[in-house]
Amino acid sequence: MVSFKNLDKKFGKNVVLNGLNLTIHSGGIIAVLGPNGSGKTTLIKSLLGMVLPNKGSIEINNQNIKNQWEYRNNIDYLPQIANFPGNLNVNELFTMLKDLRGKTTKDQELIELFKLQPFLKEKLSTLSGGTKQKVNLVLTFMFDSPLVILDEPTSGLDPISMIRLKELIQQEKSKGKTIFITTHIMNFVEEVADEIIFLLEGKIYFQGTVSALKTKTKQQDFEYAIATILSENHA
Amino acid sequence: MKLLFSVLLFLLSFQNFASTITVCKECKVSTIKEAIEQAIDGDTILIKKGIYKEHGTTIIDKSITIIGEGNPVIDGEMKGTIFSIQATNFSIEGLHIINVGKSYLEEFAAILIVNSKDFQIKNNLLEHVYYGVLIEKSSNGIISNNTISSNAKEEAHSGNGVHLWHSENMTVSNNHITKMRDGVYFEFVNNSTVSKNTCKNNLRYGLHFMFSNDDAYLDNIFESNGAGVAVMFSKRIKMYRNLFKKNWGAASYGLLLKEINDAELKNNIFEDNTIGIHADGTNRILFTENDFLNNGYAIKVLGACYNNTFSKNNFLSNSFDLAYSGNINENVFDQNYWSSYTGYDLDKNGIGDVPYRPVKLFSYLVNKTPEAIILLRSLFIDIIDFSEKVSPIFTPADLVDSNPQMKKILW
Amino acid sequence: MNVIIILVPLIGTIFGVMYYYNSKEFTELLLAQPIKRSSIFLGQYLGVAISLSLSLVLGLGIPFVTYGLFESAIIWNFFSLLTTGVFLTFIFTALAFNIALSNENKIKGFSYAILLWLFLAVIYDGLFLLSLMYFQNYPLDKFSLIATMFNPIDLSRILILLQLDIAALLGYTGAVFKQFFGTSLGFIMAMAMLGFWVVLPVARMLFVAKRKDF
Repeated sequence: MVSFKNLDKKFGKNVVLNGLNLTIHSGGIIAVLGPNGSGKTTLIKSLLGMVLPNKGSIEINNQNIKNQWEYRNNIDYLPQIANFPGNLNVNELFTMLKDLRGKTTKDQELIELFKLQPFLKEKLSTLSGGTKQKVNLVLTFMFDSPLVILDEPTSGLDPISMIRLKELIQQEKSKGKTIFITTHIMNFVEEVADEIIFLLEGKIYFQGTVSALKTKTKQQDFEYAIATILSENHA
Repeated sequence: MKLLFSVLLFLLSFQNFASTITVCKECKVSTIKEAIEQAIDGDTILIKKGIYKEHGTTIIDKSITIIGEGNPVIDGEMKGTIFSIQATNFSIEGLHIINVGKSYLEEFAAILIVNSKDFQIKNNLLEHVYYGVLIEKSSNGIISNNTISSNAKEEAHSGNGVHLWHSENMTVSNNHITKMRDGVYFEFVNNSTVSKNTCKNNLRYGLHFMFSNDDAYLDNIFESNGAGVAVMFSKRIKMYRNLFKKNWGAASYGLLLKEINDAELKNNIFEDNTIGIHADGTNRILFTENDFLNNGYAIKVLGACYNNTFSKNNFLSNSFDLAYSGNINENVFDQNYWSSYTGYDLDKNGIGDVPYRPVKLFSYLVNKTPEAIILLRSLFIDIIDFSEKVSPIFTPADLVDSNPQMKKILW
Repeated sequence: MNVIIILVPLIGTIFGVMYYYNSKEFTELLLAQPIKRSSIFLGQYLGVAISLSLSLVLGLGIPFVTYGLFESAIIWNFFSLLTTGVFLTFIFTALAFNIALSNENKIKGFSYAILLWLFLAVIYDGLFLLSLMYFQNYPLDKFSLIATMFNPIDLSRILILLQLDIAALLGYTGAVFKQFFGTSLGFIMAMAMLGFWVVLPVARMLFVAKRKDF
């Protein structure tokens, strides 16, 4: 269980999170949605301890995460922009992270899944965007943690990899993991998400299932439902 | 006539008949005092090897020769002056005098000579002395080949190696003087020569010299003395071929010249001194063919110095070649070799085409604000020194060597 | 000597800033991993500082050894040169990390870093000299010693000077200098201050890093 209590975050004068309260129960796929700059990434980074909130607290399984670091052993994170030290090759990167976190054999399986074998000896700086994203995905899923955070997992992926990713996500869910996803691709959300969290101006605007959202906005199509929220609030 | 001559010869030889008194532990005469009492003019006292615990021996108006055979030790047991002499035509040779006591009231010496003439003190070894050879109001003496040492620790509790006061026509040569207060001390001593001495590790000055005119210092070595060599209030001094070395210390210099007129310094070497020459109130002095090597300051000129000439000297790797305060006062720098000179010689005549300015901006600044020395060797100082060299603003414009040599001067 | 004192800080600063900006992504990758923040930054700092120091020591040390100077008397001078060089590397790398941490903008960070170096290497001494000239009627010995303490480059220069005979020239100025430069007091003080110069920026670096958002 993850809970955010009264979370405030400002960057300079720009208020990003504004008294955000959110509780998520374990298990299932949660899509975090919202327009650009609504605080999705900030929310995720706060959970990871990379961004430190001005106010409020975050608890994971009733443990406050402030100034802690061990809890990150139980989180897998896929960053939005896959940037890696360019002077390493793919294999070295995997080995290094295994050194850091230990306990895994899953990497081979994942490399297989995303067909990364030919790139293992390549320098990370020479990889294409999509391949980097695949490497990123392998890094994320290889540790089998109960909490998985995916920030824009689909960016740069070809359709086959996309399908494999969806399968993978479903598979991970079936293990009882909690999976956070932020994305702008709505049918991806519609397909995989059990629960939607809609962020607007630093607050939770909506939390519930896809169908609940459709009901609320009286739209049949999910994408239109989202658009309705946005146009209503920006009109 | 022949008879008269032989009588005269007889008389003369009788007159000159010199007896030798031998002193040793087993001899008839077993103390030096006794021997001196018995001696008459012209006698020789031969002291055999041994240890003689004597002090306060006086020789008054006796022209005698005292010779030590095999360096007999005369131990003063820290009780005072060993020999006090007032006589003409005498000599002391080959003694090993030790343990002259210390006193704050009297000037105890190994050998004290007062109102004497025509004497020689040579080949003696003086150790643990307060004063070594102390001479007052005497003339025509020779002090040579002596080794004098002590273990002076404080200026107030120690004496000088060879100390001369109100004397003339003296020669101090080939002595080796260490760990005294001053190595050689001259006060009111005229027409005398100090040559080939080595003064090392003395507490204060290697040579300390005041109110003494027409003297010469030749071929001496002054090394690692507390404050170097001080020559003050004197006229017509010649200083040739001396070596002033390693007088390093916060208040130390190779040579201090204070109120000196008409002197000549030639072929001296100043090496590794905090200040090579510290000149204060010196007039009409010729500095020529000297080497200044690795000194903090090669030359520091203070106060009213008029008509001095610095020519044909070598200035090699000194932190500052010259520090100058006050006016130029007709002092001349000409035809010197400066290792930090960076000019060129297009006409190949061996003389740099651009004048050299021996005063760097930094040395000028340090003169005004001594604390600025803390910036020594910093990049900023290098930069301002360079810019000052390119376009001089602060340093005196007429303080230049117009004929800097391109090659080291050989002398 | 000036090469060490001027170039080492420049290299330390530039490399420190460059490394930080270049490894920013890597840092972010690590931040999401279960590692303490202070370990990440301390590790990066030590990585840069130690490798720079090592290259300094080897770069100067190998020629030194091959010239067979090991038996010579200047070994101690050389040793103090290396020690101060290593200190300077640690100090300026730490300062560089501080600058980089406080400036997201690379160009700004680089400018500040170079400005810092220029300030400490040249401008500081200029201002110092000006103030000495301006207040020359006052006793300045203590002031100038303290002013020296506040600049690690000056401090290292003094530390090296202390090993050389030329220190006596400094002692000539007065009793306070004499005491400082003539005894081991100067050496101990200078060393302690250099230590402070390492510890304080590193502490600030960790403090800032702990509170920074990525």
